[in-house]
This record gives sequence, structure tokens and C-alpha cells, in this order.
Amino acid sequence: MTETFVPATRFAVPGRIAVSNRSAALWQTATLTEIRRETPYASTFRFAVPDWQGHLPGQHLMLRLTAQDGYTAQRHYSIASPPEDTGHIELTLDHVEGGEVSGWFHTEAAPGDEVEVRGPLSGFFAWPGDRPALLIGAGSGVVPLMSMVRHHRARGLSVPLRLLVSARGPEELIYAREFGAETTTVFTRSAPAGVPVGRMTAAHVAALLAEQPDDGWEAYVCGSNAFAEHASRLLLTAGQPVDRIRIERFG
Amino acid sequence: MNVTRGFTGRPRVHNPGLPPGQYDAGDDWPVLSAEVTPDLSPADWTFRVDGLVEQSRTWDWDEAHELPSSAYEGDIHCVTSWSKFGVRFAGVSLDAFLAEARPLASATHAVAYAHTGYTTNLPLADLTGGRAWIVWEYDGEPLPAEHGGPARLLVPHLYFWKSAKWVAGLTLLDHDEPGFWEQNGYHARGNPWEEQRYAGD
Repeated sequence: MTETFVPATRFAVPGRIAVSNRSAALWQTATLTEIRRETPYASTFRFAVPDWQGHLPGQHLMLRLTAQDGYTAQRHYSIASPPEDTGHIELTLDHVEGGEVSGWFHTEAAPGDEVEVRGPLSGFFAWPGDRPALLIGAGSGVVPLMSMVRHHRARGLSVPLRLLVSARGPEELIYAREFGAETTTVFTRSAPAGVPVGRMTAAHVAALLAEQPDDGWEAYVCGSNAFAEHASRLLLTAGQPVDRIRIERFG
Repeated sequence: MNVTRGFTGRPRVHNPGLPPGQYDAGDDWPVLSAEVTPDLSPADWTFRVDGLVEQSRTWDWDEAHELPSSAYEGDIHCVTSWSKFGVRFAGVSLDAFLAEARPLASATHAVAYAHTGYTTNLPLADLTGGRAWIVWEYDGEPLPAEHGGPARLLVPHLYFWKSAKWVAGLTLLDHDEPGFWEQNGYHARGNPWEEQRYAGD
């Protein structure tokens, strides 16, 4: 080797999680064991995957359905369950209008059905529980963040963690019953009496930046592209360093 | 074959342009960048070619636009399974930049890097011969920032994470050096026709 690449610009988005590629290349059977309704539009699907090698909170997987004639459809989904739930994974899926895969889950799927998964995939959005985490999500963007919250609780971690989550209204807030003192909710269309209605604002983010630990937050943003653009601009404006913002956009 | 009970899927459409495991996203163009969209104006944009070249060189916006314009009209394929058909990009062929920098015979690979710090690695052969561009127009309009504007790399025959948004430069090397997603488990080359999504595919 005559030369090694040195980035000419600051590497704003370092991946710092070593990823095992052994499991990523292998399709495994996942058996549906339970379906739990979360909101009128989203349900959680629990699978037994006996040989699952484990994952880090925030990682995703690829899921494949196969029709009789061999036609397949595959999609990426964030994992909702924490790594402590050994041998199982949970996915929380919106019922996308006309969705080929989510449509099957919401209208056909029943316990005992088998699908195929490969993963976990990608280390960039993973949070191993080491650094203070500021999690910001909207809609089903809360799914990978919930894996982090659950991991934090399951391990009894003392590292600071905060969740700022936006939903259209209380009935559309996924995991509403599970949130605790770490969570701030924002409702954009309707809210219980006395609770303001509106978009996530600089004030929401500033309040969380004000209580950041000495070494600052690692920020994780997840949701639609429009939400990710909005939330990441709020974070930058509030003083969060650009190289400590990780974004997962649902496309 | 593990048939999924009750799954029929979309109506089958014979589309020879669709690589295995992909679906037609239609008019959608999902945005999947992992970093904050930078506030980068054409006046602040530069593109550099260095490493194993006879003459390292940096072009600013105006200098890059003085090179012969070149367009791509065709398809793009994202590793997350969507493909988009009949897209139109305009800019300059990467061959025109490389002709001025003159790669050394020892150059076999390149790392493309962005103004955000994003990186991705490619064999040099995938960047030459009229198969790669620096583009600043989409469908006759300036390329939107969230899609990599003011200018991005375009390598449409590989999965789209190789087409670095907000491209800042290309460093030519005599070896392959994994970029951002490649360090995070993605395939070194990313050929959609061979479904090279993840390392080991």
C-alpha cells in the first residue's frame, strides 16, 4: 500500500460499532408467536428466532415473505425488542396503505406463521448503552428508540437517557403505557385537555440540551424524512454537535 | 423455498429492469441519509481528485460547470429494496474530471467522500468509461439538498449508497478501503444485479 485514505473533511458520521457479518448473510426462519395491537394503525409482532445471535438496540433486520410461485418481497424493519429478550425479536409495524408486506402482517398473519429474517444489520444507529443518549422520534420512528429504552431498563443502566416522542394524538402514541419519567411526549393534532397541541419546537429540544451530562448527548433521531430534517435542525440550533447526531429515516 | 401462508404479493409485472429483490417505488424517492442534511451552497461546494493521480486538482462550482455537460437517463436502485425508473440527472461525466487528474497505473480503487464526512469505496473501473457522473440537476431542476445537492456522485449501476451525496472528492488508491456503510456491514461493491447488499452476499 502506498497511501491510506485520510478524509479531507471531518468525519461527521463515524460508525463505532463493530458489526458481525456472519448472521447478516444468513436467512433464518422466524415464527410468529404473538400479535399485540399498539394503536389503531400499528401492531407489535413477536417472533421466536431460536438461533438469533442477538443485536444492539437500534439495529434493524431484513424480512422476507415468499408467495406460492416463488415471488418474494423483502423490507427493512427496526427491531423493537431489547437484546435481553433472548431468542425472540419484536417488530412494530404501521399498516401502510397498500403495503405489500405490512398489509400481509395486518390482515393475514397469525401466530404460528413463519417468515424469514436476516440480521441484525448496520451498526451506525446502534446504541450499546455506553454513552448518554438523547432519543427523538415521531410516529413509528419510536420503534428502534424503544429498544434502547427497554435495554436501559432491563440492565438498570445509570447512564442518562431521555426520549422525546411525537405522535398525532394520544391514541396514536405507540408504547404509550410503557413510557416513564425518561419520556416527553408531543402531540401534533390532538391532545388531552390541558395539554398543548403542536409541532416539536426548539423549546422541547432546548430543555433536554439544558440537562445534558458533562460529556454531552449522543442524539438519535428516527422518523419520516420530513421529521428527521425538522428535528435535526432543532438539535443543531440548540447547540448539539453535528457529528453527534445519528439519523434513521423511514423511506 | 419457505412459502409464507396467505402471502400473494403485488400483481406480477415482468420488468427486466428490476434487479432481484427490488420493487418499483414509482414516483417516490425516499431519503435515507444517516447524517444531518448540510447547508451547503454552490459557492461553498468544491470537488477534488487526489491520491494516485499525476495531478491533484480541485474544481469549484464554476470550474466544474465549464467541463462538457453530460446526462444520465435511466434507473437507480437502493439497497433498502426500492428502485426508481426513468430518472434524469445532469452534470459532468467523472471521466472528464479524471482526464485532467490522470490516474496513475497503480490506481485500482477510490474512496468518494462528502462535505459531511460520509465516505464510500469503489473500484476505479466502476467510476470510468461513462458509468459515473458528478450531477447537480434532477429532472431539469437544481438537485435538492436532501438528495445531495448542490452536487452528488452518481454511479447508477451500483446500489445508491455508492452515489455519495454532497460529494467533496475522490481519493484514488491502490487498494480497497471500506467506506461508511461498508464498515457498517454493507457489501464492498454493491452490484444490485448480483444482490450484493451485505458483506458475504
